[in-house]
Amino acid sequence: MKPLRNFLDRIHPYFMPGRKLEKLYPIYEMADTFLYTPGDVTQGDCHVRDSLDLKRLMTTVAVALGPCILMAMYNTGLQANRALLALGLSRPEGWRGDLLHTLGVGFDPACCLANFIHGALYFVPIFLVTNIVGGLCETVFSVVRKHEINEGFLVTGLLFPLTLPATIPLWQVGVGIAFGVVFGKEVFGGTGKNFLNPALTARAFLFFAYPGEISGDGVWTAVDGFSGATPLAIAAVDGLAGLSSHMNWLDAFVGTIPGSMGETSALACLLGAVILVSSGIGSWRIMFSMLAGSCFLSALLFWIGSDSNPMFGIPPHWHLVLGGLAFGMVFMATDPVSAAMTRTGQWFYGFLIGAMAIMVRTLNPAFPEGVMLSILFGNMFAPLIDYYVIQATIRRRQARCQH
Amino acid sequence: MSEKTKEIVLGPVFVNNPIALQILGICSALAVTSRMDKTLIMCLAVTAVTALSNVCVSLIRNQIPSGIRIIVQMAIIASLVILVDQLLKAYAFALSKSLSVFVGLIITNCIVMGRAEGFAMKNPPLESFLDGLGNGLGYSVVLIFVALVRELFGAGRFLGFQVFELNTEGGWYLSNGLMFLPPSAFFIIGLFIWLLRTWKKDQVEHEGAS
Repeated sequence: MKPLRNFLDRIHPYFMPGRKLEKLYPIYEMADTFLYTPGDVTQGDCHVRDSLDLKRLMTTVAVALGPCILMAMYNTGLQANRALLALGLSRPEGWRGDLLHTLGVGFDPACCLANFIHGALYFVPIFLVTNIVGGLCETVFSVVRKHEINEGFLVTGLLFPLTLPATIPLWQVGVGIAFGVVFGKEVFGGTGKNFLNPALTARAFLFFAYPGEISGDGVWTAVDGFSGATPLAIAAVDGLAGLSSHMNWLDAFVGTIPGSMGETSALACLLGAVILVSSGIGSWRIMFSMLAGSCFLSALLFWIGSDSNPMFGIPPHWHLVLGGLAFGMVFMATDPVSAAMTRTGQWFYGFLIGAMAIMVRTLNPAFPEGVMLSILFGNMFAPLIDYYVIQATIRRRQARCQH
Repeated sequence: MSEKTKEIVLGPVFVNNPIALQILGICSALAVTSRMDKTLIMCLAVTAVTALSNVCVSLIRNQIPSGIRIIVQMAIIASLVILVDQLLKAYAFALSKSLSVFVGLIITNCIVMGRAEGFAMKNPPLESFLDGLGNGLGYSVVLIFVALVRELFGAGRFLGFQVFELNTEGGWYLSNGLMFLPPSAFFIIGLFIWLLRTWKKDQVEHEGAS
């Protein structure tokens, strides 16, 4: 590793003010701090000593996403291979089919490796486009505005592909992440100043701009011409009975169901939650209150029942394993920048999102899934919630002083 | 005079734009900008109403008792808006139908009221007329920019003329559904303000300033 360190030290002067490559300093800084721990020491009088910096925090989130990513690749391939079997095709058309055929891995849905590689051929291009386009936007802004590029984007660049269906056109991935990074984050001043989750902002843009490629029945399985509804779309039409005829609860929990790539597996999200909570990075208050909010409202609606709306008949334990609820709960709502900061506020924030997600799913016939919109809604309210919590604390303490 | 005239008419276009700097009248900027022809009619209507109401208010500015001045201004603006609405119904019925209530809602447009109260009450008729014209132009510039983006990226058209071939008709362009929804105008107005303030840096608000 010594030559690399020497190389970085040798080129360092070129990026200093007044030298040729001064403008590109953020890129040098990113590469240097990504590879090595910065040697800076605090100059001021008071400071906090903590090994947990932004870099370690974001890297832990990336590690926690690991199970979801592996499951995303496996399940995307599994769904595609099952669809091929159902349609009676020996191999899919296009370059993926050719490549898989040449490699000789086959298209057997019972073969774990075949599923995994097939899925990876969908996930990896989307992941690359997200990081190249999003990274470019981030770099341009940090060069022009002279702020550092940091690892916040690493997480956004991992979260965004996981929220997309496998069949999404790559140009839409690029347009979406550019919108998310610029309008969701950079216009507010970059990482730490955004009040919306950039990955969800990007997805919301695609959801409203190009609904044909991110909703409906035809987009979830990566095989041309195969139509397979998501469990929530089935439930909206046929209720619990329809759902049970397609899958059992364990399938939905493990995640071998159609859906956006990373969201199907509640099990993988649970593993991620364990990593986030045990390392103290994700807020267990938000996760727990969001769980409570969604269970409360879905139990209430289940108890009320409805003759005309089959979604009322979905019990809480099914709601948790369908759609993006688990993924949103663990990775999206807990985003430390856009979530509520105060501890009391986090309870209200999580409960609001959980209840709102179930409300959109059950009571709004236009959208089968509401987790994305309700988290963005919660992001909007987070500053307001924090404001009232702080005001209440101030008033309580003032009252205590007067006695 | 000519220097001053120029300032009154052209000032509101970029330097003191009613939408981009004063953030007035953005409601109709969201509602009518999905198509360029609708937008142009709306701009014309708002410019005419602002200019004429400014003249009328300015003519009787010394006779208006200050306690009821808002009511008097409202009466003048409302009469002019009804006039414009009737004219549109008579000569451009189809467009007037597609604009529906939004012509009538010019009465509530903050720019019209704001200029009557803020400028016409203190200045002679000719200058008030020019001020109304200038603010109408400032409003129009933003609306035309928004409509240009929304119509081009939404329907692939410019003034009804197909620029991008839509994929539903065998072309290559997939229309952007967000552009059909009014909230997209918020992003585009934001973008316009961003561009404007990059060009004219003195419009940037500093932290702490209201």
